Amino acid sequence: MTHAAWVMPALPLAGFVVLFFVGRRLGDPLAGWVGTAAITGSFVAALVTMAGLLSHPAGPAREINQSIYTWISAGGLHVKASLLIDPLSLTMALFVTGVSAVIHLYSIGYMKKDRDYSKFFVYMNLFVFFMLLLVLGGNLIVTFVGWEGVGLCSYFLISFWFERPSAASAGKKAFIYNRIGDAGFLLAMFIIFEKTGTLSYTGIFSRTGALSGSAGVAAILLLFLAATGKSAQIPLFPWLADAMEGPTPVSALIHAATMVTAGVYLMVRMHPVLALSHDAQLVVASIGVATAFVGGTIACTLHDIKKVVAFSTISQLGYMVLAVGVGAYEAAIFLMVAHAFYKGLLFLGSGSVIHGRHDEQDLMKMGGLAKFMPITTITFVVGWLAIAGVPPLSGFWAKGAVLDSTFVRYPVLWVVGIVTALFTAYYMTRLFVLAFTGNPRFHAAIDTRSGGAHATVEALSGSGSGAGAGEADHGEGRLSGTAAGDISGYDIDVGVAHGGSGGGAPVHESPPVMTIPLVILAVLAFAGGVLDLPWGGPDRWNALSWLGPVFGHYLYNPHLSMAGQWLLGIVDAGVGLAGIAIAWNLWSRAWKRPELEPAFLASYWHFNDIYDTLIGRPGARLASFAYSVVELHWIDGVVNGVGSLMKRTGSGVRRVQTGYVRQYAVGMALGILALLVWVLVRA
Amino acid sequence: MHSSFPYLTVLILLPAGAALASVLIPRHMEPRARNAAIWTCGMGGSLATLVLAAVVAVKFDVHNPGYQMVTRHLWVSGLGISWHLGVDGISLFLVLMSAVLFPIALVAGRTRPNFHMFVAWMLLLEAVCIGAFLSLDLILFFAFFEVSLVPIYFVISSWGFEKSASAAVKFFVYTFFGSIFLFVGIIALAIVHQHDTGVLTFSLPALRSTHMPYYVQVLLFLSFTAAFAVKAPVFPFHTWSPDAYAEAPVGGAVVLAGVMAKLGTYGIIRFDLNLFPRASVNLAPLLLSLGVAGILYGAVVACTQRDMKRMVAYSSLSHIGFVVLGLFALVGAGLSGGVLQMVNHGLIVAALFIAIGWIYERRRTWNVAGLGGLQKPAPVLAAVFTIAMLAAIGLPGLNGFVGEFLVLLGTFIAHRWWAVVATAGVVLAALYMLWTYQQAFHGPVDKEVEETTRDVTWRELLVMAPLVILIGFIGIYPKPLLDRINPSVNQLVSQVDKAAGLRAPALPARRAARVSGAVPRRPGTGKSVAARQRAGVSGAASAPGKLVVSRPLRPGGGGLGVAGGQGRSR
Repeated sequence: MTHAAWVMPALPLAGFVVLFFVGRRLGDPLAGWVGTAAITGSFVAALVTMAGLLSHPAGPAREINQSIYTWISAGGLHVKASLLIDPLSLTMALFVTGVSAVIHLYSIGYMKKDRDYSKFFVYMNLFVFFMLLLVLGGNLIVTFVGWEGVGLCSYFLISFWFERPSAASAGKKAFIYNRIGDAGFLLAMFIIFEKTGTLSYTGIFSRTGALSGSAGVAAILLLFLAATGKSAQIPLFPWLADAMEGPTPVSALIHAATMVTAGVYLMVRMHPVLALSHDAQLVVASIGVATAFVGGTIACTLHDIKKVVAFSTISQLGYMVLAVGVGAYEAAIFLMVAHAFYKGLLFLGSGSVIHGRHDEQDLMKMGGLAKFMPITTITFVVGWLAIAGVPPLSGFWAKGAVLDSTFVRYPVLWVVGIVTALFTAYYMTRLFVLAFTGNPRFHAAIDTRSGGAHATVEALSGSGSGAGAGEADHGEGRLSGTAAGDISGYDIDVGVAHGGSGGGAPVHESPPVMTIPLVILAVLAFAGGVLDLPWGGPDRWNALSWLGPVFGHYLYNPHLSMAGQWLLGIVDAGVGLAGIAIAWNLWSRAWKRPELEPAFLASYWHFNDIYDTLIGRPGARLASFAYSVVELHWIDGVVNGVGSLMKRTGSGVRRVQTGYVRQYAVGMALGILALLVWVLVRA
Repeated sequence: MHSSFPYLTVLILLPAGAALASVLIPRHMEPRARNAAIWTCGMGGSLATLVLAAVVAVKFDVHNPGYQMVTRHLWVSGLGISWHLGVDGISLFLVLMSAVLFPIALVAGRTRPNFHMFVAWMLLLEAVCIGAFLSLDLILFFAFFEVSLVPIYFVISSWGFEKSASAAVKFFVYTFFGSIFLFVGIIALAIVHQHDTGVLTFSLPALRSTHMPYYVQVLLFLSFTAAFAVKAPVFPFHTWSPDAYAEAPVGGAVVLAGVMAKLGTYGIIRFDLNLFPRASVNLAPLLLSLGVAGILYGAVVACTQRDMKRMVAYSSLSHIGFVVLGLFALVGAGLSGGVLQMVNHGLIVAALFIAIGWIYERRRTWNVAGLGGLQKPAPVLAAVFTIAMLAAIGLPGLNGFVGEFLVLLGTFIAHRWWAVVATAGVVLAALYMLWTYQQAFHGPVDKEVEETTRDVTWRELLVMAPLVILIGFIGIYPKPLLDRINPSVNQLVSQVDKAAGLRAPALPARRAARVSGAVPRRPGTGKSVAARQRAGVSGAASAPGKLVVSRPLRPGGGGLGVAGGQGRSR
């Protein structure tokens, strides 16, 4: 049953083609259902393929290379469009298609009445296609195709409401940050090809000997550069915050559950190369834990509900990267899957809140939503407790698996990781308290708005694009801000707040097509821990243990005693609960606490400003120097100078000759003569 | 191999004849009928050429790396000039691309005053460009190369925009000036050959075996390259191109950037590498540096441009930089990528110019400062522009990626650090393209603009469709092209390797020794020749770990100085 693996990417591609050509005619909601059906079919195909794979004995038999056709062949390079089906890629494919199907379903409701309803699903289906190419690709180039493709779809979807200058800028920013990483990907491929003569995974892994030494380190660190772009790690993470300009289902699917995990997947996929260098592993682990910490601290201070969740994602991705650096690949994948469940849930819950609050994203203008949105609230609680690491929810097990390995291998990094866990529980509790508990704070917003009627119409006519109307007057300022580089998170919050607050009924629960996905994800986020419980001997049965043979001896084994495991688990749980308690105490008493929101953190540790000062502005100056001085004065100046010189000498010659062409003919003849003489004399 | 039917000759005469016919259509005809007749001439001629080019491509023997369908007739017997045509994997797709682009350019440049002359000049230009790609005689090539200036000069100056007259003159004079070097070089080469063998000929295959002192080879290489570098254009000889591209009418810009610029890069591969292999190898770092400089410089300057046509002009400089990089990597992957990238760039730049032309027709400007939010009233236009833009950026799945990847890979194997620097161009390309797109298509849109801007019509889309299809097709399935390009490229690479490695220094005593096979290989070159051939020809088939594709040979380290000294010591 594995020979039909190509169906997995083919179905979303077919969905894309159908929707591209007739999507507009299908309209709302049929286009959405077609898109959802294509992804669901792909999920079923993944299940069938898994059944097929499980019928093979564990080990190399579960590694199936499928070649579709020869793509590029020139000068020793033979690249096939091929798929690699093994437990790792299939685990990825399963959760990508599964979560995608759920989020597609949710989008049917969320995108309702959007002007470009069908286009949204065109992009989403295309995204899933590329994501599946990425994870199923049998060689680095096919993965790169998917890698670039998901980046492209991310660009399309972030700037989906392209009339908002901030959305347009955010899309471009995401693409360019990722492009920097992609350059690293390309160079890594060149090194690997130069050393091993192949780019297929199985080929590379059988020749890792050729990559020992500095070449292998360079290759894996360049791939890691690409991963920092895609998975929003230091130094290339700032784009992910801006990416929240896209519709919320996009944030959930692309910028939380799937695409941003691609960097982690790439590193896990390339683990035999990563394992060649302990230094490289330490670099990866350090960047991961640093990102987790930085992202977590920033998330504690923001007001925009989506941005909090976005930095939470950055932080969680940091944990996954940490796991990769430690060598705990199985834990990385476990956290990735669990994170897809609870972060998808949190994003969709936020989307439900935003939807219910008529495109309001400012936590300061929420409060008391629990009364109005029961299903959203209950499911959100599950997501919140899961990410906070409260047992027995999935996040506890997944994060615990990462931290346990880290504790043994890099104790210093473990300390940072556990502190970050405290922050994690803190910021998510803060978010929950501000949004769902206490007294509603949104009446004030409605009262201050004079043009309420207009805003209501806009807000209803297209969920997110309604914000465009209110935002038009802020557009100028924000455009110039982003043009120069970036604006601080606080400014964005204010802009969105002004734009979004609509009138009408202050709050409503979302329709079933949106709440059912919430429930599904809540169940998964709650029980996801069963995928990889830490009990049992070597023959333990865990869903993710089928990954074991993929990593073989590369997998880091922490050798923890049972008591040690218990102790670490208790520490994890205690830290999580402590974070919850602290945040609950602080934020349920007062919702305005600027002293707890230092500007340094709220402006993303000034990363944007630093890039702007170090790269953006000097780059702009260099470019304008290149054009106005080098190009116009030097290069073209010389050309024009020669031209006018010719003209002047020409005017002397013109007494005898007339016209340009003759001049050159004469010059040509003289030149030939001179050269002839010279060559003949010398030869 | 003489084919019974002179395909290649007809391929040149067909558009030329149609050009003549469109001029000869009597002026006193009823205007509508006359226009229809001109139109029939133009489209009939160019489409018939396309069909014939397709036939040539079908009849092309995939396994033959040499020149095919060769035609040779002595033209000026006293001077050894002949009508000598042939096609190989390197020129085949340039001919096909020309045949595709000209009908498109004709349609895109329609409805202008003096229509018959526009059609005539364009068709003449097509004949001349195809002729240049097919010529195997240096004088014949030079004639086509030079004559091409005349029609494009008139197309730019007569149907262009405000400053088109001065742009056309600048272009004409600049490229003409470059051609002088080519002409002098050709004559000198023929004389050296005559001196060496006693035969005066301008035939490329014959001249390839010319023995000449190394310093002569270097000088001739430089004089040939000067002309090609101006035409391509290679940094820093490019300053005619922004003016010319910006002022040319859409049809003119398409063929100027898409087809004519390729005469330069084609000249490099066909003549520089064939005739002066040692100079090419030794001077490769110079040309690689110019290529890299062009990639980065073109991209950086493109970021500052608000005029979309000028932006495309500078992005072309960047893309031609990639082609040059691939050619002078002098390994199979790089050269194949370079050849493919010539075709790709032609298709992409044509699509971009046509899309920009659509914008101009609607908004009467191509300055992004006066545009914005176009995606709302014209989503299809935006989609087409997006595809062309993404191909230019080098997004995998579209044609630009395949060429760029091969070029960078080949360069990396041969000259690592140039490739590393050039890869930065990949990032910059996204920067200027997306920035332009954002300014023109994203953002809020005026009510007035929204109501008055119509989306592209089916007819316009039909013109663009072939380009978009080819951009996608080559991106997904480049095999039909690479299968034909590779053999010719591999043959060229091995010739260059052999000549560069073994022919040095061309002294009579050594020449005799070489015949007897006694000449020692220059230290350090033999191994890398073999390694390079492996990378270029047999490649990954070799055993694991054995494929150590090392740096290419640079015979004698500071080759120029050493060999020059030998030349003088004679």
